[in-house]
Amino acid sequence: MIGLEIHCQLTGLNSKLFCPCRADYRGMEPNTNVCPVCMGLPGTLPLLNAAAVRSAAAIAMSLNCAPGERLAFFRKNYFYPDLPKNFQITQYDAYGHTSVGGRGVVRLDDRDIRITRVQLEEDPGRLSYEGGADGRATTLVDYNRAGVALVEVVTEPDFEDPRQARDFMNMLADTVESLGAADPHLDGAMRADGNVSVRGGDKVEIKNINSFHDLEKALHFEITRQNSLCDAGRTIVQETRHWDERRRITIPSRTKEAELDYRYFLEGDIPWVAMDDDTVRQIREAMPESVMSRRDRYIQYGIAPQVAAVLAADALCCRLFEESHTDRTAKLIANLITTDFMGVMDTREKRAHSRLQAGHLSALAGAIDGGSITRSQARTILARLSRDGGDMGAMIREAGTSGDLAGVVERVIQEEPEAAERARTNPPTINHLVGMVMRKTRGSADPQETLRLIRKALEE
Amino acid sequence: MDLDTPAHEIAGMVSAGMVSAEEVIERTLERMRQTEHLNIFISTNPCAISEARRIDDMVRTGSDPGRLAGVPVSIKDNICTRTMPTTCASRMLEGYVSPYEATVVERLRREGAIIVGKTNLDEFAMGLTTEFSVYGPTLNPRNPRYVPGGSSGGSAASVAAGAAAISMGSDTGGSVRNPASFCGVAGFKPTYGMVSRYGLVSYANSIEQVGPLARTIPDLALAMRVIAGPDPRDGTTAGARPVSDTGDGMDGKRIGIVEQMAPDSLHRGVRAVFERAVSGLESLGAICEAVSLEMVDYSVAAYYTITSTEAGSNLARYDNIRYGYGLDREGYEFHRYVTASRDRFGPEVKRRIIAGGFVPSAGYTGRYFLKALKVKSRLAREVNRLFGTYDYLVSPTVPVPPFRLGEMLDDPVGLFQLDINTVTANLTGKPAVSVPCGTHDGLPVGVQLMADSFRDGPLLGAARALEGIVP
Repeated sequence: MIGLEIHCQLTGLNSKLFCPCRADYRGMEPNTNVCPVCMGLPGTLPLLNAAAVRSAAAIAMSLNCAPGERLAFFRKNYFYPDLPKNFQITQYDAYGHTSVGGRGVVRLDDRDIRITRVQLEEDPGRLSYEGGADGRATTLVDYNRAGVALVEVVTEPDFEDPRQARDFMNMLADTVESLGAADPHLDGAMRADGNVSVRGGDKVEIKNINSFHDLEKALHFEITRQNSLCDAGRTIVQETRHWDERRRITIPSRTKEAELDYRYFLEGDIPWVAMDDDTVRQIREAMPESVMSRRDRYIQYGIAPQVAAVLAADALCCRLFEESHTDRTAKLIANLITTDFMGVMDTREKRAHSRLQAGHLSALAGAIDGGSITRSQARTILARLSRDGGDMGAMIREAGTSGDLAGVVERVIQEEPEAAERARTNPPTINHLVGMVMRKTRGSADPQETLRLIRKALEE
Repeated sequence: MDLDTPAHEIAGMVSAGMVSAEEVIERTLERMRQTEHLNIFISTNPCAISEARRIDDMVRTGSDPGRLAGVPVSIKDNICTRTMPTTCASRMLEGYVSPYEATVVERLRREGAIIVGKTNLDEFAMGLTTEFSVYGPTLNPRNPRYVPGGSSGGSAASVAAGAAAISMGSDTGGSVRNPASFCGVAGFKPTYGMVSRYGLVSYANSIEQVGPLARTIPDLALAMRVIAGPDPRDGTTAGARPVSDTGDGMDGKRIGIVEQMAPDSLHRGVRAVFERAVSGLESLGAICEAVSLEMVDYSVAAYYTITSTEAGSNLARYDNIRYGYGLDREGYEFHRYVTASRDRFGPEVKRRIIAGGFVPSAGYTGRYFLKALKVKSRLAREVNRLFGTYDYLVSPTVPVPPFRLGEMLDDPVGLFQLDINTVTANLTGKPAVSVPCGTHDGLPVGVQLMADSFRDGPLLGAARALEGIVP
């Protein structure tokens, strides 16, 4: 079984969790995005970013995790060079439920994924290691990231295979993006640790995974490793392992996390935050629709559940859909997006750079619906548009002229399945189909060409 | 004007041009030099004279120099200042200069106060004799063979010696009131959340407050009106309210005498002063009766458990990485380096950090830390119940008069017990004031009044009444 521990930076905020330094530290010179508070200088106090609380609560609520009635912050005490205060301010449920999100359940495909908790905490700084010329290693610390707001989402071990874990990460990425809480595409904005156990054995935690893709790979590796140990009659011991990106294996971690005693206690510098009904309602009202409820709404249009789920999970595709569809074209556009567009642009990154616009989709759907182009022509146009952009009107006109007759033939065959079947078994009856095409083209079609195209279509 | 003039009178005279701020500060600096042997200051402000001249310029040009115009103020050296080092009397922060100024210091300067220097303290405010300072002990101006109390011993001594009219101390378990009592000055611990802690180097952040010391209660009130109030940089001050100007007299006020704070075993000299003070309050029309706070017997143990836990965490940042002293990092692994650099903490700080690593640790937290929190909340319940009936609670500030330097150095736990009358205000967040009420063998003895949360103004009014009846 697989469980996930996900950290998501709230990159949508202007400032860090407890001070006015920028939340977006990327590309800055080391140690230039710091102030006395996030450097932990003597006498400084954390000042809670109220927008961070709202963002984190919105993420929790999107995962069906209710916020505590009163939120409290705790200190997690341990010495590490990336921690300016040598404690991390985080959340902890020592006095009942005081985190931004408590237990919840999310439906993913046909599984229930239980969420253990959602909490708001500060990111540490970053370490980099430099080997000196004399062979001695130096550790450098950059505190630009220290104090950036993080939302931690912990799941129960409810994933059976690594693909589901990756799907969950994608869903969460879409959720935080649609909430405007974070840009999950930024390097290191969303990080996951995996907990893996096989055949009822102890769990092994895997850290240092840097992408969704590597998450799946690391989980696969770990499952295989544990299964082969079991096959060899060895027992799995609880430990923390690191994903080695280069060698693509997990290796035992040097620090023994289980032995650390974090001495959690209440952070007295941050007053408890009341999350009364009004506050929660305001947050909920400001939230865009959740992936789940969007999916359910799409199903109401008659869109197949799987298609609706795929569509609802992708923020960009949703936007394209919402801005282009009518009740009549909803199903068609959903299919155009999920099969054609997502087929050509098969990763989030590619789609983010595509030239396709909502207006293109509504025009295409209209053209298909009105019979001026065929479904397969639409696919070709959409692929070209997505990759290169260009004048779609011209493409439709062009397709309409060159492929006009073929399109009409295709549609007639689709609309008259019985006549088509008869024509296959009893060739003279093919004239009925020719008549249909002539009627649709108001007699403008060349009969010989029409006959040829119908014969060809019937053979396929 | 002499150097025992109250702060509000100095400010009045400076604003009116009757005396120049420059003269006040010149004379203060002279007094600081004369009292150097008391070891009150860790550093002095090299710009004090030029700052005073700026105040005089304002007076000359008719602009408002502020409510503390030209008043010499000293600052405990665990409160951050930009122009002088902030050492916490520790080798860990030797020469450390803060890049920012504490909110209280900003507010004092804005009202025309002249910061004359940074005062000695027990290292990181842990102690009650000012003997645990890397700069050596401060001596009691009333008698230099005696301790000034602590941890704000330098602050109390500066006020007693006329080297400052007002001082800013910090009070975690009595650190303002104890030295005020020992040096014969007034000291105030505000309601938790009344005064910004931004810039106060944390020791036990959930219970400590910055608090003023002065020679008179009106000066404490003046200082409080300047420093109290919400600070956007300290979230715990959101509920702070203005300090009212006066109390409404003692007539008919109900005052509880806390039995556990004046037991039969109380020092007879302290008892004599205390009983005189109580009769004085009664002569003003107050109704004084004995009350019981059972949790007081456990309060010192709870106090040291909680403060050690928080100290262990608050002092973890001193790893010598981002600031600190010169200790070459070459060849060290991180944890070994941190251990080596932290060896510079003094013995009392080490004791508390070690205890602070233990009492909240897995397996022991139920027996120690959580139990201490339970005592704290029960104590608060008892105190709140009493404030349903009584306006003020009264007790001696410290159960003993000042003692000689070195006398208690080898008895850290015995020393802890001297906090018994002061820690309740910290554990419950209530305001408390120590009023100089007399002497025993020529050494000062203070009496403590405590009030309900955010009744800081009325409490100062009551303290003023008590001050007025002291012979």
